Amino acid sequence: MLKIDNLRVAYGGIQALSGISLEVPDGKIVTLIGANGAGKSTTLRTISSLVKAQSGSIQYDGTELLGLPSNKILEAGIAQIPEGRRVFPNLTVLENLKVGAYLRSDKGGIEKDVKWVYELFPRLEERHWQLAGTLSGGEQQMLAVGRGLMSRPKMMMLDEPSLGLAPLVVQDIFTIIQEINRQGVTILLVEQNANMALKIADYAYVLETGVITKSGTGLELLNDESIKEAYLGKTRQ
Amino acid sequence: MIQEKKSNRANILFVIALLAVILVLEQVLPSSSMLFTVLKKSAIYALAAVSMNLLNGFTGLFSLGQAGFMLIGAYVYGMLNIPVADRAAVYQYFDGGIIQFSLVEGISAALGPVAGLIIGVLLGLLIAGLAAAVFAWLIGLPVLRFRSDYLAIATLGFAEIIRAFFQWDGLGPITNGSNLLRKFTNFDNFNIRSGGKVVVNLSTTVTVLIAALCILVIILVINSTYGRAFKAIRDDEVAAEAMGINLARHKMLSFVISAFFAGIAGGMLAMYQTTAQALAFKTAMTYEILLIVVIGGIGSVTGSCISSFIFIGASEWWLRFLDMETSNFIPGLNIMRPGFRKVVFSVAIMIIVLFFRKGIMGERELNVRGAGRWLRQKLGGKSVKEAK
Repeated sequence: MLKIDNLRVAYGGIQALSGISLEVPDGKIVTLIGANGAGKSTTLRTISSLVKAQSGSIQYDGTELLGLPSNKILEAGIAQIPEGRRVFPNLTVLENLKVGAYLRSDKGGIEKDVKWVYELFPRLEERHWQLAGTLSGGEQQMLAVGRGLMSRPKMMMLDEPSLGLAPLVVQDIFTIIQEINRQGVTILLVEQNANMALKIADYAYVLETGVITKSGTGLELLNDESIKEAYLGKTRQ
Repeated sequence: MIQEKKSNRANILFVIALLAVILVLEQVLPSSSMLFTVLKKSAIYALAAVSMNLLNGFTGLFSLGQAGFMLIGAYVYGMLNIPVADRAAVYQYFDGGIIQFSLVEGISAALGPVAGLIIGVLLGLLIAGLAAAVFAWLIGLPVLRFRSDYLAIATLGFAEIIRAFFQWDGLGPITNGSNLLRKFTNFDNFNIRSGGKVVVNLSTTVTVLIAALCILVIILVINSTYGRAFKAIRDDEVAAEAMGINLARHKMLSFVISAFFAGIAGGMLAMYQTTAQALAFKTAMTYEILLIVVIGGIGSVTGSCISSFIFIGASEWWLRFLDMETSNFIPGLNIMRPGFRKVVFSVAIMIIVLFFRKGIMGERELNVRGAGRWLRQKLGGKSVKEAK
């Protein structure tokens, strides 16, 4: 279980997170929703140790993650799918997947996991020799998720997987996220597309300018009047 | 996978065949032929270009320190392999210098002249590369924090500092100050002599062989997990870091490996020229190598090799006739002037840059099977389907 306690992060003088606390239980899908600049991505980047925290703690299965370098976080079993996909455009699909397994040295296991990713995304197998930069947006997102899976994570953090994708493709991606979760990977999902995220989430947190203002099960928040107004597009009467 | 292995085997066979052809040509043609000059120099420049490509093309670090590292390699090799008897003449202003041994002579005394020559030269080149790598590591500590243009400026500056440093009189007993290093063991020592006459010419084959082996090692690095990590850093640093790749460590690794092979290329250049002088390793040399990399295709090893041969061939040989005042082709038509070669050369480079934006090869690699398939397609048209 991932447990964040009173985490504070600042970029220079700007406070991005002013003491948030949240929990991600094993095997669940937890989502973090909020507007632009609320601190969603900062939360993920801090967990991955790409950003330094001021104070607070991030514990994973009882070990403190704050202060560890990013490769150690990955070794602990937490993979991040960065925002905007960020596949390596001049590497082939297969090479991208292999870079995802960079910290592993078990050749047989890597090969098995490549097959596993191909099963989840048959499209990637068809295009395994193609340069990732030539894939469509949806395929690149699939590749980004597949690349994240190649480190065999216990928990996967996705940063806006629906960004810039057609609604049908978003649907596909979310179906696969649920499938990955069913196979035992804990999911921490950051989304602006609150509607989709809340539908698949077991538990959800609402982040506003660095503070968690609401939390509850996905269904609860989906039916919450203020959430509907702020994030789900319901107009005031 | 099997396809890949077959293709690799074909490529290696091709290189071996090429070496065999060079070996035969060397016996048949007069050794003064320009072909050998071009082959030797272009093999050395190909190694320098590929080592630069590893850094600039595969890791995305724009560094211009190549000439500096080659200088270190040239000097270290030269200093270690001047025969003891010649030291007094070479270091005439510094009382024969303070290094009083030669690797080749030392090993010859222990293992015989043939082993001494081979091991002495290879060991000299290896130490030359290591010295360049150590310098690269020291320079890399502060410099690799920079990005793109800033890194280029910093490495360029360091190459100039190294050049000045090696010419400093205070280091005279070691580097011979601003004077030439000469008389060290060179490629001509590999020719087999009998009674003062050369019986078997081996100098060109040995040059190309050593360069080819070094390039092979670089290719193995590029195809390893490290190579993949380098390319990932080039494509997207943030994503690479998220994959658990340690940016600082891998950039340093790439920088040091590149410098190592640049050092070896420098040592080989000294052997080819039979002399080494810091003055020759100017920024212009780095630009020549950069030009070879760009013309060949940034991120293509075979591209660098091909363009090195074309570049050196054109500048040393094929365009020479432009410098002759009297034309060999049309008597009486004397439009050529000394220096005209450089004008034509510059125009040719401009044309390449304008019309082949990504160089000759782009990011692709030439492989023998692929080229064969392409040829058959052009000639026969139908055999491609059969091959499948």
